[in-house]
Amino acid sequence: MEKFELPDPFEGAREQCGYGKVEDQDDPVTMLLRLRDVRKTAKNTQTFQSGAQPGRIVVPSEVNIRSTRQIPFEVDPPMHRLYRDLLEDWFRRPEKDTYKAQLSDIISKLVQEAKSKAQVEIVNDIALKLQSRALTLLLNVPLEEAETWISWGTHVFRSEDNPVDGDKAKILYDYIDRQIEKALSNPGDDLYSILLNSEIEGKKLNKEEVKGVMILTFAGGRDTVINAVTNTLAYLSSNPKALPAIKEDPTMLNTAVEELVRYFSPLTHMGRVATEDTEVCEHAIKADSRVSLCWASANRDPKTFENPNTIDLERKLNPHVGFGFGIHKCLGATHARHVLRTLLSVLAEMDVKLKMVKGDSNIEDWGEFKRKVGYDRLEMKFS
Amino acid sequence: MKKVTYITQKEEAKTASASSGNLMELAIANNIEGIEGDCGGVCSCATCHIHLTPEDFETVGGPGEIEEEMLELEDNVSPYSRLACQVPISSLPEQITVKVAN
Repeated sequence: MEKFELPDPFEGAREQCGYGKVEDQDDPVTMLLRLRDVRKTAKNTQTFQSGAQPGRIVVPSEVNIRSTRQIPFEVDPPMHRLYRDLLEDWFRRPEKDTYKAQLSDIISKLVQEAKSKAQVEIVNDIALKLQSRALTLLLNVPLEEAETWISWGTHVFRSEDNPVDGDKAKILYDYIDRQIEKALSNPGDDLYSILLNSEIEGKKLNKEEVKGVMILTFAGGRDTVINAVTNTLAYLSSNPKALPAIKEDPTMLNTAVEELVRYFSPLTHMGRVATEDTEVCEHAIKADSRVSLCWASANRDPKTFENPNTIDLERKLNPHVGFGFGIHKCLGATHARHVLRTLLSVLAEMDVKLKMVKGDSNIEDWGEFKRKVGYDRLEMKFS
Repeated sequence: MKKVTYITQKEEAKTASASSGNLMELAIANNIEGIEGDCGGVCSCATCHIHLTPEDFETVGGPGEIEEEMLELEDNVSPYSRLACQVPISSLPEQITVKVAN
């Protein structure tokens, strides 16, 4: 049985100095590696802004492929709060029983399908389909729409030889433009229509603002969810006692999902731009330079997490930052949590046994740090 | 059975009873505004921030190290702040009134 592991490449630098340096399209980034620094910086939205040039807080930078501001993610207070308030109720819909039942149906069908095959490639045949079909619930659009998104492949910006592929991104932007026009001429109860009909301080959101929310919804929850689902299945295959334990005690579902999110840290880091000369961790940060909040490193900080490199599905105190921290914490977290809870719950209920056949690791390259975030391909058997 | 009265930021009071669980779970079960409990009680989201009275804080006890680090960076923090998910019902006096911080 192959051991599932996502090693922590940040350990040495986190302990020695607390930061690392990454080159990125002539706009270098100082990665902050300690949980305390990451949290404090995330909270200090005045000195470390998100509302810089659109695409700049993302690493690798998307300034060359995007002019639309992602909302509310690339907006600072006080406007941030107005956008966020507008969106929070919608993004809490995954708590509703009907949503949960539909999600369970989507996942059960995929698992049944996988069981009926001799072998299945998880990334494309399970994770991408699951992510896309589940997203139809979040957007409240017909399930068939997922087929278009599945046809785009696992990443909307990245192609094999280019981490920020403008041509590929254009497919998504053009698609969203078309959906906005459709919703304008024929409003329904989908997210596009709801947003187009929303107001902030008496003014309706314009098309560019709606597009900003939609790009965030598509991009933010795509490879992150795909990696989380893929890693969950890989982990379960090397820990066959996990599913029976969850079946025996379903209250474990919550701690299990939080722990998997901590350990996987599906999004390695997210940037901010300094608005003034400052310092973090006794390291000078120049005004208008970039730092990143390295969630993946913070989530293995031994100052807070006992045995940080061990997955403990019953970890009771787990102050992880897998969904970010502060006012910009992941808007899709409720949806993502329910995707993972439902996946574990369906697999446990169906007594599924998983066997890993072959996996090609997906390794991100952040200068001195090489981080495995999941798999490019993963062959498994379901029984 | 312990009786808990939650006072929201809108000054609305709601009383609920429980004999087990924690103050976050009880609040969620009773739809208390301002308590979200996103992380389900593992001390990761701080969306269940409450204020106790000084007397109740004395009885119930202060936050542990991890909870304190979370509270340190929260808005509206007071010397009597706690995360409701870390306060077991069993640690409470028979009746208690808590204020929702956000």
